Amino acid sequence: MENNYDVIILGGGAAGLTAGIYLSRAKVKTLILNEGMVGGQIVLTHEVANYPGIEKISGYQLALTMKKQAESFGCTIQQNIRISGIDLSGETKSVQVGDATYTAKAVILATGGRSRELNVEGEANFKGRGISYCATCDGDFYTGKDIIVVGGGNSALEEAVALTTYAKSVTIVHIFDHFQGFEHAIEAAKKNPKIKFLLNTSIVGFYGENQLERVKLKNLQDQSSRELPIDGVFIFIGYTPNTEKLKKQVLLNKNGEIPTDNSMATTIPGVFAAGDVREKKIRQIATAVNDGAIAAISAIEYIQK
Amino acid sequence: MTLMTNLEHVITADQHAELLANNENVMICCGRMGPMCVPVYAAMEELREEYPNVKFMDMLFDSPEAGVIRNAPECVGFMGLPFTMYYKNGKVVKATSSIQSKEQIKEILDENFS
Repeated sequence: MENNYDVIILGGGAAGLTAGIYLSRAKVKTLILNEGMVGGQIVLTHEVANYPGIEKISGYQLALTMKKQAESFGCTIQQNIRISGIDLSGETKSVQVGDATYTAKAVILATGGRSRELNVEGEANFKGRGISYCATCDGDFYTGKDIIVVGGGNSALEEAVALTTYAKSVTIVHIFDHFQGFEHAIEAAKKNPKIKFLLNTSIVGFYGENQLERVKLKNLQDQSSRELPIDGVFIFIGYTPNTEKLKKQVLLNKNGEIPTDNSMATTIPGVFAAGDVREKKIRQIATAVNDGAIAAISAIEYIQK
Repeated sequence: MTLMTNLEHVITADQHAELLANNENVMICCGRMGPMCVPVYAAMEELREEYPNVKFMDMLFDSPEAGVIRNAPECVGFMGLPFTMYYKNGKVVKATSSIQSKEQIKEILDENFS
Protein backbone atom coordinates (compact mmCIF):
# COMPACT_ATOMS: atom_id res chain seq x y z
CA MET A 1 0.00 0.00 0.00
CA GLU A 2 1.25 3.48 -0.87
CA ASN A 3 1.71 5.32 2.42
CA ASN A 4 3.13 8.66 1.32
CA TYR A 5 0.71 11.54 0.93
CA ASP A 6 0.88 15.27 0.37
CA VAL A 7 -1.54 15.97 3.23
CA ILE A 8 -2.91 13.81 6.01
CA ILE A 9 -6.08 14.97 7.75
CA LEU A 10 -6.71 13.62 11.22
CA GLY A 11 -10.47 13.58 11.72
CA GLY A 12 -13.37 13.08 9.34
CA GLY A 13 -16.02 15.48 10.61
CA ALA A 14 -17.29 18.51 8.70
CA ALA A 15 -13.92 20.29 8.89
CA GLY A 16 -11.83 17.27 7.89
CA LEU A 17 -14.14 16.25 5.05
CA THR A 18 -14.27 19.80 3.70
CA ALA A 19 -10.48 19.97 3.73
CA GLY A 20 -10.46 16.60 1.97
CA ILE A 21 -12.81 17.89 -0.74
CA TYR A 22 -10.74 21.03 -1.36
CA LEU A 23 -7.37 19.24 -1.35
CA SER A 24 -8.41 16.31 -3.51
CA ARG A 25 -10.13 18.55 -6.01
CA ALA A 26 -6.83 20.47 -6.27
CA LYS A 27 -5.13 17.13 -7.11
CA VAL A 28 -3.32 17.05 -3.79
CA LYS A 29 -2.85 13.48 -2.61
CA THR A 30 -4.85 13.34 0.59
CA LEU A 31 -5.57 10.81 3.31
CA ILE A 32 -8.25 11.24 5.98
CA LEU A 33 -7.78 9.10 9.10
CA ASN A 34 -10.73 8.94 11.47
CA GLU A 35 -10.85 6.90 14.66
CA GLY A 36 -14.64 6.63 14.76
CA MET A 37 -17.26 6.74 12.10
CA VAL A 38 -16.76 9.51 9.53
CA GLY A 39 -19.03 12.50 10.14
CA GLY A 40 -18.06 13.46 13.66
CA GLN A 41 -20.61 15.39 15.66
CA ILE A 42 -22.79 15.91 12.57
CA VAL A 43 -23.87 12.27 12.78
CA LEU A 44 -25.26 12.97 16.25
CA THR A 45 -27.57 15.67 14.89
CA HIS A 46 -31.04 14.41 14.07
CA GLU A 47 -31.89 17.27 11.74
CA VAL A 48 -29.74 20.05 10.34
CA ALA A 49 -31.85 23.05 9.34
CA ASN A 50 -29.30 25.88 9.29
CA TYR A 51 -26.76 24.68 6.76
CA PRO A 52 -26.98 27.14 3.86
CA GLY A 53 -28.32 25.74 0.62
CA ILE A 54 -29.99 22.72 2.22
CA GLU A 55 -33.35 23.35 3.87
CA LYS A 56 -33.42 20.21 6.00
CA ILE A 57 -31.23 17.12 6.12
CA SER A 58 -30.30 14.51 8.70
CA GLY A 59 -26.80 14.89 10.07
CA TYR A 60 -26.06 11.34 9.00
CA GLN A 61 -27.04 12.05 5.40
CA LEU A 62 -25.07 15.30 5.29
CA ALA A 63 -21.95 13.52 6.56
CA LEU A 64 -22.36 10.71 4.02
CA THR A 65 -22.75 13.24 1.22
CA MET A 66 -19.59 15.08 2.28
CA LYS A 67 -17.70 11.77 2.42
CA LYS A 68 -18.93 10.76 -1.02
CA GLN A 69 -17.97 14.17 -2.39
CA ALA A 70 -14.43 13.90 -0.99
CA GLU A 71 -14.00 10.37 -2.33
CA SER A 72 -15.29 11.41 -5.75
CA PHE A 73 -12.29 13.73 -6.06
CA GLY A 74 -9.87 10.95 -5.09
CA CYS A 75 -9.53 11.47 -1.34
CA THR A 76 -8.60 8.30 0.57
CA ILE A 77 -10.62 7.84 3.75
CA GLN A 78 -9.98 5.34 6.51
CA GLN A 79 -12.51 5.23 9.36
CA ASN A 80 -12.81 3.27 12.59
CA ILE A 81 -9.02 2.95 12.76
CA ARG A 82 -6.81 3.39 15.80
CA ILE A 83 -3.97 5.90 15.63
CA SER A 84 -1.08 4.60 17.70
CA GLY A 85 1.52 7.30 17.06
CA ILE A 86 1.88 10.82 15.68
CA ASP A 87 5.07 12.75 14.90
CA LEU A 88 4.55 16.29 13.63
CA SER A 89 7.99 17.67 14.49
CA GLY A 90 10.01 17.17 11.29
CA GLU A 91 9.61 18.35 7.73
CA THR A 92 7.96 15.00 6.96
CA LYS A 93 5.08 14.27 9.32
CA SER A 94 4.14 10.71 10.21
CA VAL A 95 1.11 8.92 11.62
CA GLN A 96 1.14 5.33 12.83
CA VAL A 97 -1.94 3.14 12.33
CA GLY A 98 -1.34 -0.43 13.47
CA ASP A 99 1.64 -1.71 11.49
CA ALA A 100 1.40 1.00 8.86
CA THR A 101 3.16 4.36 8.93
CA TYR A 102 1.67 7.14 6.83
CA THR A 103 3.74 10.19 5.94
CA ALA A 104 2.90 13.60 4.53
CA LYS A 105 4.35 17.04 3.95
CA ALA A 106 1.52 18.67 5.86
CA VAL A 107 -1.08 17.63 8.42
CA ILE A 108 -4.48 19.12 9.21
CA LEU A 109 -5.73 18.40 12.72
CA ALA A 110 -9.52 18.14 12.60
CA THR A 111 -10.13 15.67 15.40
CA GLY A 112 -13.20 17.52 16.68
CA GLY A 113 -14.77 17.04 20.06
CA ARG A 114 -17.08 14.70 21.90
CA SER A 115 -19.99 15.10 24.31
CA ARG A 116 -18.74 16.07 27.71
CA GLU A 117 -19.73 13.83 30.57
CA LEU A 118 -20.33 14.89 34.16
CA ASN A 119 -17.79 12.34 35.43
CA VAL A 120 -19.59 11.80 38.71
CA GLU A 121 -20.45 8.69 40.71
CA GLY A 122 -22.67 6.21 38.87
CA GLU A 123 -22.68 7.96 35.47
CA ALA A 124 -20.97 5.11 33.62
CA ASN A 125 -23.25 2.49 35.21
CA PHE A 126 -26.50 4.07 34.02
CA LYS A 127 -25.61 5.00 30.43
CA GLY A 128 -28.54 3.58 28.44
CA ARG A 129 -30.29 2.73 31.70
CA GLY A 130 -31.55 6.16 32.59
CA ILE A 131 -28.76 8.42 31.37
CA SER A 132 -28.77 9.59 27.75
CA TYR A 133 -26.87 12.07 25.61
CA CYS A 134 -29.36 12.00 22.69
CA ALA A 135 -32.94 13.24 23.03
CA THR A 136 -34.02 12.21 19.55
CA CYS A 137 -32.72 8.66 20.11
CA ASP A 138 -34.08 7.91 23.54
CA GLY A 139 -36.81 10.47 24.21
CA ASP A 140 -39.69 8.06 23.66
CA PHE A 141 -38.46 5.73 26.42
CA TYR A 142 -39.40 8.50 28.84
CA THR A 143 -43.03 8.98 27.80
CA GLY A 144 -45.02 10.08 30.85
CA LYS A 145 -41.94 10.13 33.05
CA ASP A 146 -40.09 12.74 35.10
CA ILE A 147 -36.71 13.62 33.72
CA ILE A 148 -33.82 16.03 34.17
CA VAL A 149 -31.88 17.86 31.46
CA VAL A 150 -28.42 18.98 32.55
CA GLY A 151 -26.91 22.08 30.96
CA GLY A 152 -27.63 25.70 30.12
CA GLY A 153 -26.58 26.15 26.50
CA ASN A 154 -28.63 25.99 23.32
CA SER A 155 -28.50 22.19 23.10
CA ALA A 156 -29.78 21.72 26.65
CA LEU A 157 -32.57 24.29 26.27
CA GLU A 158 -33.73 23.11 22.85
CA GLU A 159 -33.60 19.42 23.75
CA ALA A 160 -35.47 20.11 27.01
CA VAL A 161 -38.31 21.63 25.01
CA ALA A 162 -38.22 18.73 22.54
CA LEU A 163 -38.34 16.21 25.40
CA THR A 164 -41.59 17.71 26.76
CA THR A 165 -43.27 15.94 23.82
CA TYR A 166 -42.71 12.72 25.75
CA ALA A 167 -41.98 13.47 29.38
CA LYS A 168 -44.45 14.39 32.12
CA SER A 169 -41.98 16.93 33.48
CA VAL A 170 -38.53 18.19 32.56
CA THR A 171 -36.30 19.82 35.16
CA ILE A 172 -33.35 21.75 33.79
CA VAL A 173 -30.41 21.52 36.19
CA HIS A 174 -27.70 24.10 35.59
CA ILE A 175 -24.64 25.08 37.58
CA PHE A 176 -25.00 28.83 37.00
CA ASP A 177 -27.78 31.28 37.83
CA HIS A 178 -28.21 32.16 34.15
CA PHE A 179 -28.22 30.37 30.79
CA GLN A 180 -25.66 30.59 27.99
CA GLY A 181 -28.13 29.83 25.20
CA PHE A 182 -29.63 32.23 22.69
CA GLU A 183 -32.52 34.36 23.95
CA HIS A 184 -35.10 32.59 21.78
CA ALA A 185 -34.07 29.21 23.22
CA ILE A 186 -34.28 30.52 26.80
CA GLU A 187 -37.72 32.02 26.13
CA ALA A 188 -39.05 28.80 24.61
CA ALA A 189 -37.92 26.82 27.65
CA LYS A 190 -39.33 29.37 30.13
CA LYS A 191 -42.69 29.44 28.37
CA ASN A 192 -43.09 25.67 28.43
CA PRO A 193 -45.37 24.66 31.33
CA LYS A 194 -43.74 21.25 31.66
CA ILE A 195 -40.28 22.71 32.30
CA LYS A 196 -38.96 23.56 35.77
CA PHE A 197 -35.57 25.01 36.63
CA LEU A 198 -32.97 24.21 39.27
CA LEU A 199 -30.22 26.79 38.94
CA ASN A 200 -26.96 26.98 40.89
CA THR A 201 -27.26 23.22 41.16
CA SER A 202 -25.20 20.27 40.04
CA ILE A 203 -25.71 16.50 39.97
CA VAL A 204 -23.06 14.75 42.05
CA GLY A 205 -24.26 11.15 41.90
CA PHE A 206 -26.55 8.69 40.10
CA TYR A 207 -28.15 5.81 42.03
CA GLY A 208 -30.46 2.85 41.42
CA GLU A 209 -30.58 -0.91 41.09
CA ASN A 210 -31.04 -2.14 37.53
CA GLN A 211 -31.78 1.33 36.21
CA LEU A 212 -31.51 4.94 37.34
CA GLU A 213 -33.86 5.72 40.21
CA ARG A 214 -32.52 8.88 41.82
CA VAL A 215 -29.83 11.54 41.66
CA LYS A 216 -27.98 13.48 44.33
CA LEU A 217 -28.23 17.24 43.80
CA LYS A 218 -25.87 19.78 45.27
CA ASN A 219 -26.92 23.38 45.81
CA LEU A 220 -23.85 25.37 44.84
CA GLN A 221 -24.89 28.41 46.89
CA ASP A 222 -25.30 26.86 50.32
CA GLN A 223 -23.46 23.57 49.50
CA SER A 224 -26.41 21.51 50.77
CA SER A 225 -27.20 18.13 49.17
CA ARG A 226 -30.40 16.19 48.65
CA GLU A 227 -31.60 13.19 46.69
CA LEU A 228 -34.31 13.44 44.05
CA PRO A 229 -36.22 10.45 42.60
CA ILE A 230 -36.01 10.64 38.80
CA ASP A 231 -36.68 8.40 35.79
CA GLY A 232 -34.04 9.74 33.44
CA VAL A 233 -31.31 12.31 32.91
CA PHE A 234 -30.23 13.82 29.58
CA ILE A 235 -26.81 15.47 29.63
CA PHE A 236 -25.95 18.36 27.28
CA ILE A 237 -22.99 20.17 28.78
CA GLY A 238 -20.95 20.90 25.70
CA TYR A 239 -17.99 19.24 24.13
CA THR A 240 -14.43 18.42 25.03
CA PRO A 241 -11.75 18.56 22.29
CA ASN A 242 -10.18 15.31 21.08
CA THR A 243 -6.58 16.33 21.66
CA GLU A 244 -5.31 13.65 24.05
CA LYS A 245 -2.98 12.23 21.38
CA LEU A 246 -1.76 15.68 20.35
CA LYS A 247 -0.62 16.91 23.77
CA LYS A 248 3.10 16.44 23.13
CA GLN A 249 2.88 17.47 19.49
CA VAL A 250 1.20 20.84 19.33
CA LEU A 251 0.49 23.80 21.60
CA LEU A 252 -2.86 23.54 23.39
CA ASN A 253 -4.71 26.17 25.41
CA LYS A 254 -6.01 25.55 28.94
CA ASN A 255 -9.17 23.96 27.52
CA GLY A 256 -7.18 21.52 25.43
CA GLU A 257 -8.02 23.34 22.17
CA ILE A 258 -5.48 24.18 19.45
CA PRO A 259 -4.78 27.89 18.89
CA THR A 260 -4.29 28.91 15.24
CA ASP A 261 -3.84 32.06 13.20
CA ASN A 262 -6.31 33.18 10.53
CA SER A 263 -4.82 30.75 8.02
CA MET A 264 -5.52 27.88 10.47
CA ALA A 265 -1.76 27.44 10.96
CA THR A 266 -0.58 26.15 14.33
CA THR A 267 2.80 26.99 15.85
CA ILE A 268 4.37 24.06 13.97
CA PRO A 269 5.25 24.59 10.28
CA GLY A 270 3.11 22.41 8.04
CA VAL A 271 0.56 21.67 10.75
CA PHE A 272 -2.90 23.23 10.56
CA ALA A 273 -6.03 22.84 12.67
CA ALA A 274 -9.69 23.10 11.72
CA GLY A 275 -13.13 22.66 13.23
CA ASP A 276 -14.21 22.08 16.82
CA VAL A 277 -10.71 21.11 17.95
CA ARG A 278 -9.54 24.66 17.25
CA GLU A 279 -9.61 27.49 19.79
CA LYS A 280 -12.68 29.50 18.78
CA LYS A 281 -16.01 30.71 20.06
CA ILE A 282 -18.63 29.52 17.59
CA ARG A 283 -18.88 25.81 16.83
CA GLN A 284 -21.29 25.12 14.01
CA ILE A 285 -21.18 22.96 10.87
CA ALA A 286 -20.84 26.16 8.84
CA THR A 287 -17.83 27.33 10.86
CA ALA A 288 -16.20 23.90 10.66
CA VAL A 289 -16.61 23.94 6.89
CA ASN A 290 -15.07 27.42 6.84
CA ASP A 291 -12.07 26.21 8.83
CA GLY A 292 -11.63 23.14 6.66
CA ALA A 293 -11.58 25.13 3.43
CA ILE A 294 -9.07 27.65 4.80
CA ALA A 295 -6.83 24.95 6.26
CA ALA A 296 -6.83 23.09 2.95
CA ILE A 297 -5.87 26.14 0.94
CA SER A 298 -3.19 27.07 3.49
CA ALA A 299 -1.82 23.52 3.34
CA ILE A 300 -1.67 23.69 -0.46
CA GLU A 301 0.28 26.97 -0.25
CA TYR A 302 2.63 25.39 2.31
CA ILE A 303 3.46 22.26 0.31
CA GLN A 304 3.95 24.26 -2.89
CA LYS A 305 6.51 26.59 -1.30
CA MET B 1 -39.37 -3.02 6.99
CA THR B 2 -35.62 -3.20 7.46
CA LEU B 3 -32.83 -0.85 8.43
CA MET B 4 -30.81 0.90 5.72
CA THR B 5 -27.52 -0.76 6.54
CA ASN B 6 -25.21 -3.14 4.73
CA LEU B 7 -25.70 -5.75 7.45
CA GLU B 8 -27.94 -8.77 7.09
CA HIS B 9 -31.34 -8.11 8.65
CA VAL B 10 -33.42 -10.14 11.06
CA ILE B 11 -37.01 -9.40 10.08
CA THR B 12 -39.19 -11.83 12.01
CA ALA B 13 -39.15 -13.59 15.36
CA ASP B 14 -39.03 -16.90 13.51
CA GLN B 15 -35.90 -15.79 11.65
CA HIS B 16 -34.42 -14.75 14.98
CA ALA B 17 -35.05 -18.22 16.44
CA GLU B 18 -33.66 -19.92 13.34
CA LEU B 19 -30.56 -17.72 13.39
CA LEU B 20 -29.80 -18.62 16.99
CA ALA B 21 -30.47 -22.31 16.38
CA ASN B 22 -28.07 -22.49 13.44
CA ASN B 23 -25.20 -20.26 14.54
CA GLU B 24 -22.87 -20.53 17.52
CA ASN B 25 -21.96 -16.84 17.81
CA VAL B 26 -24.44 -14.11 16.94
CA MET B 27 -24.46 -10.34 17.48
CA ILE B 28 -27.70 -8.46 16.75
CA CYS B 29 -27.96 -4.69 16.96
CA CYS B 30 -31.60 -3.70 17.38
CA GLY B 31 -32.11 0.00 16.69
CA ARG B 32 -33.17 2.78 14.35
CA MET B 33 -31.23 4.90 11.86
CA GLY B 34 -30.34 7.38 14.60
CA PRO B 35 -27.10 8.92 15.82
CA MET B 36 -26.52 6.42 18.62
CA CYS B 37 -27.28 3.39 16.41
CA VAL B 38 -25.58 4.19 13.10
CA PRO B 39 -22.01 4.16 14.49
CA VAL B 40 -22.66 0.68 15.93
CA TYR B 41 -23.82 -0.65 12.54
CA ALA B 42 -20.73 0.90 10.91
CA ALA B 43 -18.43 -0.77 13.44
CA MET B 44 -20.19 -4.12 12.91
CA GLU B 45 -19.80 -3.84 9.14
CA GLU B 46 -16.08 -3.36 9.62
CA LEU B 47 -15.72 -6.19 12.13
CA ARG B 48 -17.26 -8.83 9.86
CA GLU B 49 -13.95 -9.68 8.18
CA GLU B 50 -12.06 -9.78 11.47
CA TYR B 51 -14.59 -12.12 13.12
CA PRO B 52 -15.73 -14.63 10.49
CA ASN B 53 -16.97 -16.89 13.30
CA VAL B 54 -19.63 -14.34 14.29
CA LYS B 55 -22.91 -13.55 12.51
CA PHE B 56 -23.39 -9.77 12.54
CA MET B 57 -27.05 -8.85 12.10
CA ASP B 58 -29.40 -5.95 12.72
CA MET B 59 -33.11 -5.65 13.49
CA LEU B 60 -35.53 -2.74 13.28
CA PHE B 61 -36.40 -1.71 16.83
CA ASP B 62 -39.90 -0.49 15.93
CA SER B 63 -40.97 -3.73 14.25
CA PRO B 64 -43.46 -5.67 16.39
CA GLU B 65 -41.28 -8.74 15.66
CA ALA B 66 -38.40 -7.09 17.53
CA GLY B 67 -40.24 -7.88 20.76
CA VAL B 68 -37.92 -10.90 20.94
CA ILE B 69 -35.18 -8.43 21.81
CA ARG B 70 -37.10 -5.50 23.33
CA ASN B 71 -38.80 -7.81 25.83
CA ALA B 72 -35.83 -10.03 26.60
CA PRO B 73 -35.15 -10.27 30.36
CA GLU B 74 -31.60 -9.07 29.73
CA CYS B 75 -33.02 -5.77 28.40
CA VAL B 76 -35.06 -4.90 31.48
CA GLY B 77 -34.03 -1.39 32.45
CA PHE B 78 -32.63 -0.54 29.01
CA MET B 79 -33.62 3.00 28.02
CA GLY B 80 -31.12 3.84 25.30
CA LEU B 81 -30.90 2.77 21.68
CA PRO B 82 -29.60 0.54 20.29
CA PHE B 83 -30.22 -2.66 22.25
CA THR B 84 -27.33 -4.93 21.24
CA MET B 85 -27.45 -8.64 21.95
CA TYR B 86 -24.66 -11.19 21.91
CA TYR B 87 -25.73 -14.86 21.75
CA LYS B 88 -23.64 -18.01 22.16
CA ASN B 89 -25.33 -21.32 21.35
CA GLY B 90 -28.68 -19.55 21.49
CA LYS B 91 -28.14 -18.05 24.95
CA VAL B 92 -27.62 -14.36 25.68
CA VAL B 93 -24.08 -13.88 26.96
CA LYS B 94 -24.10 -10.06 26.90
CA ALA B 95 -26.55 -7.26 26.22
CA THR B 96 -25.77 -3.54 26.00
CA SER B 97 -27.88 -0.40 25.83
CA SER B 98 -26.92 2.79 23.93
CA ILE B 99 -23.92 3.49 21.71
CA GLN B 100 -20.79 1.36 21.92
CA SER B 101 -17.45 2.08 20.25
CA LYS B 102 -15.72 -0.40 17.97
CA GLU B 103 -13.21 -1.02 20.76
CA GLN B 104 -15.96 -1.78 23.28
CA ILE B 105 -17.61 -4.18 20.82
CA LYS B 106 -14.29 -5.92 20.13
CA GLU B 107 -13.75 -6.36 23.85
CA ILE B 108 -17.12 -8.13 24.18
CA LEU B 109 -16.50 -10.28 21.08
CA ASP B 110 -13.05 -11.32 22.32
CA GLU B 111 -14.35 -12.11 25.76
CA ASN B 112 -17.32 -14.19 24.64
CA PHE B 113 -16.63 -15.53 21.15
CA SER B 114 -12.89 -16.20 20.91
